[in-house]
Amino acid sequence: MWKWLHPYAKAEKSYALSGKLMPWFLAVALPTFVVGIIWGLAFAPADYQQGDSFRIIYIHVPAAMMAMGAYSTMAIAAFIGLVWQIRLAEMTVAATAPIGAVYTFIALFTGAAWGKPMWGAWWVWDARLTSELILLFVYLGIIALYNAFSDKVLAGRAASILTLVGVINLPIIHFSVVWWNTLHQGATITKFDQPSMATDMLVPLLIMIVSFAAFLGFMVLYRFRNEILQRESHRPWVIALVQQSSSSVNKRG
Amino acid sequence: MFNAFLQIVRKELLGAFRQQSDILNPIWFFVIVVTLFPLGIGTDPALLARIAPGIIWVAALLAALLSFERLFKDDFIDGSLEQMMLAPQPLTWLVSAKVFAHWLLTGLPILLVSPLLAVFLSLQESTFWALFLTLLIGTPILSLLGSIGVALTIGLRKGGVLLSLIMLPLSIPILIFSTMAIDAATFGQSYIGLLALLGAMLVGAITLAPFAIAASLRVSVS
Repeated sequence: MWKWLHPYAKAEKSYALSGKLMPWFLAVALPTFVVGIIWGLAFAPADYQQGDSFRIIYIHVPAAMMAMGAYSTMAIAAFIGLVWQIRLAEMTVAATAPIGAVYTFIALFTGAAWGKPMWGAWWVWDARLTSELILLFVYLGIIALYNAFSDKVLAGRAASILTLVGVINLPIIHFSVVWWNTLHQGATITKFDQPSMATDMLVPLLIMIVSFAAFLGFMVLYRFRNEILQRESHRPWVIALVQQSSSSVNKRG
Repeated sequence: MFNAFLQIVRKELLGAFRQQSDILNPIWFFVIVVTLFPLGIGTDPALLARIAPGIIWVAALLAALLSFERLFKDDFIDGSLEQMMLAPQPLTWLVSAKVFAHWLLTGLPILLVSPLLAVFLSLQESTFWALFLTLLIGTPILSLLGSIGVALTIGLRKGGVLLSLIMLPLSIPILIFSTMAIDAATFGQSYIGLLALLGAMLVGAITLAPFAIAASLRVSVS
């Protein structure tokens, strides 16, 4: 049943497949971003309490969701890499970590920019903000650990172990609202039966979430391909690829 | 198998008693850091009692961090770590013995000097007991979490800073729950639930951390 998956444990096949998938992710990410951001910022109705400043959720919420989504991706990849000893999965962990860190930073930054007019302070030690900050620290720890090893195979494995250890952090983020129950408002859109948000506001938000997710996929594939090329740079197929592309550049030039 | 556990604990304790500064230095560090706060902030007893839980727990975290250096380092350098991997007993078990010995040498002394610090920071008796209980449950979790970090960074030349980058974020939940429990005790509320949460974290760490430590050691040694 899983036999079709086996060839993709080979770096060359995975490289080709991710190259084929990359444009599709970009094709989803760009139009949805343009539509979502214009709809959200210009056409969605203003909030009756927060006025126009609520519009930052069109960046903040997707970024925060993808910050955690990237971590889940890493955790699953780390598990696969450690259990079935698949090197490419460990490369995925390394490729995803910096992107997740950037998404986390965007979520924190937009949250702070929204908190200034709403709560009257750039930073409040609220449970969700704090756990998001911890998530950023965990990301930075993983990246630092990965970069500290000179042998990248060992680095990937060490980063995978640390990712799985850090998974404890995700449920804490999720339940922090319930446990500490402080300033941050509760989840709004995951309540599917009766979303506590007007449809006019919700639809652009969902579009933005799709866009951010697709862009995450695009960036992960991009970095994943680079990771493969760097690690396999001594392999014949990589050398052939480099020669091919440099000769085509020469022809054009 | 249990014999091997005791042997390792015995060897660790013997080694530590022959090099006593290794145990004593982190404890002195702990006491000195706590002493710095009244000097820096002022000696108002009400203020000190208010911030005492946080100070003591942060100092305990930093002291633990200092003591981790010697956890696997000597074994790694002289090759006994590789012998432990080749031993018939499972590595997770031997590693648990190492961590337990480490807790006896660093966590337990912190517990023993905590009454002194309670006097320094003018804690009430009920608050002190909450502090004592959270330290009793919390420091073993610190030892287990820190050992994962040590095992990951042991082969690296500049592992020290990296160890703190890895370990400190992971130990934040312990810090939060401990200080919440102590705060609850200060206001005369029940803090059993928070202790139970800490206890759950301890049980989880005891069950899972040895596997992570063993896996990390295998990465570092290979």
